[in-house]
Amino acid sequence: MTAVQEPTRDSVLSVRDLVVEFPVGRRQVVHAVSGISLELRAGETLGILGESGCGKSSAGRAIMQLPAPTSGSVVLDGTDLTGLKPREVRRARARMQMILQDPISSLNPRRKVKDLVAEGLEVWGYDGDDREGLLRETLGAVGLDPDVVWDRRPHELSGGQCQRVCIARALLMDPTVLICDEPVSSLDVSVQAQILNLLERTKERYGLSMVFIAHDVAVVKNISDRVMVLYLGRTCEVLPSDGLEVEARHPYTRLLLASVPGAEGGAPESGAIVPTTTELPSPLNPPSGCRFRTRCPLATDRCAAEEPPLREIAPDHFLACHHVEPDTRPTPEEPHP
Amino acid sequence: MTTARDRFDGDGAPVLEVEDLHTRFTTPRGVVRAVDGVSLSLAPGETLGLVGESGSGKSVLGRTLMGLIAGGPTTEVTGTVRIGGQAVHELTAKQRRRLWGPEIAMVFQDPMTSLNPVRRIGVHLTDPLRLHLGLGRREARERAAELLDRVGIPEPRRRLDQYPHELSGGMRQRVMIAVALSCDPSVLVADEPTTALDVTVQKQILDLLAGIAAERRMATILISHDLGAVEGRTDRVAVMYAGRIVEKAPTKDLFAAPHHPYAEALIGSVPALSAAPHTVLRAIDGTPPDMANPPDGCRFAPRCGRAEDRCRTEPPVLAETAIDRTVACHFPVDGPAAVPVQEAAR
Repeated sequence: MTAVQEPTRDSVLSVRDLVVEFPVGRRQVVHAVSGISLELRAGETLGILGESGCGKSSAGRAIMQLPAPTSGSVVLDGTDLTGLKPREVRRARARMQMILQDPISSLNPRRKVKDLVAEGLEVWGYDGDDREGLLRETLGAVGLDPDVVWDRRPHELSGGQCQRVCIARALLMDPTVLICDEPVSSLDVSVQAQILNLLERTKERYGLSMVFIAHDVAVVKNISDRVMVLYLGRTCEVLPSDGLEVEARHPYTRLLLASVPGAEGGAPESGAIVPTTTELPSPLNPPSGCRFRTRCPLATDRCAAEEPPLREIAPDHFLACHHVEPDTRPTPEEPHP
Repeated sequence: MTTARDRFDGDGAPVLEVEDLHTRFTTPRGVVRAVDGVSLSLAPGETLGLVGESGSGKSVLGRTLMGLIAGGPTTEVTGTVRIGGQAVHELTAKQRRRLWGPEIAMVFQDPMTSLNPVRRIGVHLTDPLRLHLGLGRREARERAAELLDRVGIPEPRRRLDQYPHELSGGMRQRVMIAVALSCDPSVLVADEPTTALDVTVQKQILDLLAGIAAERRMATILISHDLGAVEGRTDRVAVMYAGRIVEKAPTKDLFAAPHHPYAEALIGSVPALSAAPHTVLRAIDGTPPDMANPPDGCRFAPRCGRAEDRCRTEPPVLAETAIDRTVACHFPVDGPAAVPVQEAAR
C-alpha cells in the first residue's frame, strides 16, 4: 500500500509500511498491523486512536522493536532500527522510551523508587558526578517529593504516583521520543488529568516528541497535535486534532466520535454513523478491501473488492475511504498551519 | 406475584430507601469505613447515577444495597436498606435470595468473569426463571430466547446453546443484562456496566439499559466513574467521595452548576471533545484519603482549594440548598454569579 505522508526533514521518527503478524496454531496468522506508516515531527504529539484489537499497541511495541515488526522500517534519528543487531538496537533505542498502561505492574514490586528510576542509568553506566541530584531533580519534575518516595516500594504508592515514577525513569534516559501506550486508561479521572497535564509540561520542558496511544477520543484530542485512527491494523484517517470532531470524514472516525457519551444521549446528528453490526471481524481473517466494510453503513461492492488508498484530502488530512471525495466536503476550511 | 413496584405503583413511594448506611471492613490496617452514612431513595422508574473515583465506596454501596455484603466476621453493616418496604439486612440469607431476581438485580462490571464458563448461556437464563418464577423447562427456554432477543442478541435460539467464550464482550454484557432482567426486578443496580467494553459498544449498552428501564418502569442505579455515561442517561446524580455522598442533585443541574468543590473539580478534570487541543485540564491535586484513617472534618478538605480551618475540624452535613439538591460543604460553589460574593466574604 502507498502511504502518502511525505517524510519531512524535521521528522524524528519515521515508520514505513509497518507489518506485525503473530503466528497462532495450525498455520494461522493474526494480522495485528497491516502496513501503517507515520512520520513523527520534532516536538509533535501524534495520537493513535482505536478500539481494542485495532493494532495500536502492537504498532507501538513494534516501533520499540518489542518485538521487531514482521516487516517495514522504523527510522529513529536517521538510524533504521529494523536492520540492526539486537545489541545495536538496544543502544540506538535508548533515545526512545515507553510508558505502559498499567503503572503498578510495570514496576518491580521489590525495588525501591530510588532504584527503579535509576535502573536505566545503571544499565548504561551513567558516570556523571551528581547521580543522586539528577534522580531527585527528575522525581521533582514529575511532581513527586523525592524525600517522601525515595525509599518507598510500588505497593506504597498510588496508581498515579507509580505512573509518575515510570515517566521519571523514562526521562532519565534523556529520550527524544516518548511512546505512551494507554498511559492514563487505568487511572481515575482526577489523576488522569494530573498525568495528562504532566505529560504536556514534560514534553515542553524536555523537548520531546510523543506518540500517544489511547482509545478515548477526548483524551487523545487533548494531548495530540495530529491524530491517527486505526482499525484492524490499517490506517483509516490521519488529521490535525484541532477541529477533529468536525473535520473527521472516515465513517469509523465518525462512529468513534458518535460513541462519546455525553449530555446529548445519542441525539442523531446529521450524517451519524450507525454501524450495521457491533462485532469486530477476526484479525485472523480480516475482510478483503476496506477492513471496516463489515460494519460500515456506506459499504458497497467496491469496498470489498478494492482497498481504499490513504490519500490527502486537505492539508495534513489523510483519508482511506472510497466514499469521501475531497470535493464533497461541505465547506472549504482554511488550511491548517 | 406482587413485587415492590406493584405495591407502590401510583403513589410514587420509593421502591428503594437507604437510611444512614454504614459498611465497615476490619482489615489488618484497621477498620475501613467504605460506606460511611449514606442515605438515598429511589422512586419507581427513576434512574440515579452514582459517581465517584475508585475507592469512593460506590461499588461497596451497590453490593450492600443488594445484600451481597451483609455482615460477617470482618464486615459490619449498620443502617437500613428497604426494598419495597422489606429491610434487606434483617432478612435471613435464604429470605434475601428470594429478593434477588424479582425485587433487585445487579449487572456487574466484568462480563468476562460474571458468567460461568462451563455452563451454556441458556442455563444462566433459565435457572432464575425456573427458580423464582417456577416456569417449566420449555417455558423457561422460550422466555430466555425472548429475553436475549430483547437485549439485541441476534439468533437468540442458537445462542442459548453456546458457551460464554463463544460470545464477544459486548454480547456477554447483553447476556448479563438479560439475566438481571429475567425476573423483572423493580430495582436494577448496574455497577460500571460498560467499563470493560470498547467505546463503540459502551454507548449501545447504556442505551439498551436506559430503554429497558423506561419501558419497564424499573428503578436503576447506574454506578460509574465515567461522568459522560451518567450525564446523558440519569435523572439524578449522587457524587460520592471517601464513603460519603457529597452532593445529590438532578443530573442537568449538577452538570450545569455543581455546588460541591469536589463535584466541580471532577467535572472540570474530564477533557471535553469540544475543547481545543492542549487545553490544560483542571486536575485535582493529591490523592483520595486512606479509608482506614480518613481525615477529620470534611474528607475532601486536604485536596480542596476552598478549604478553611472549619473544614478540617467539623464534618459538613448533607444540607438542602434548593429543591431536590443537597450538598455537604461549608463553603459550596454557588455557581458563577455567586463566587465573587463568597470571595469577598473571606
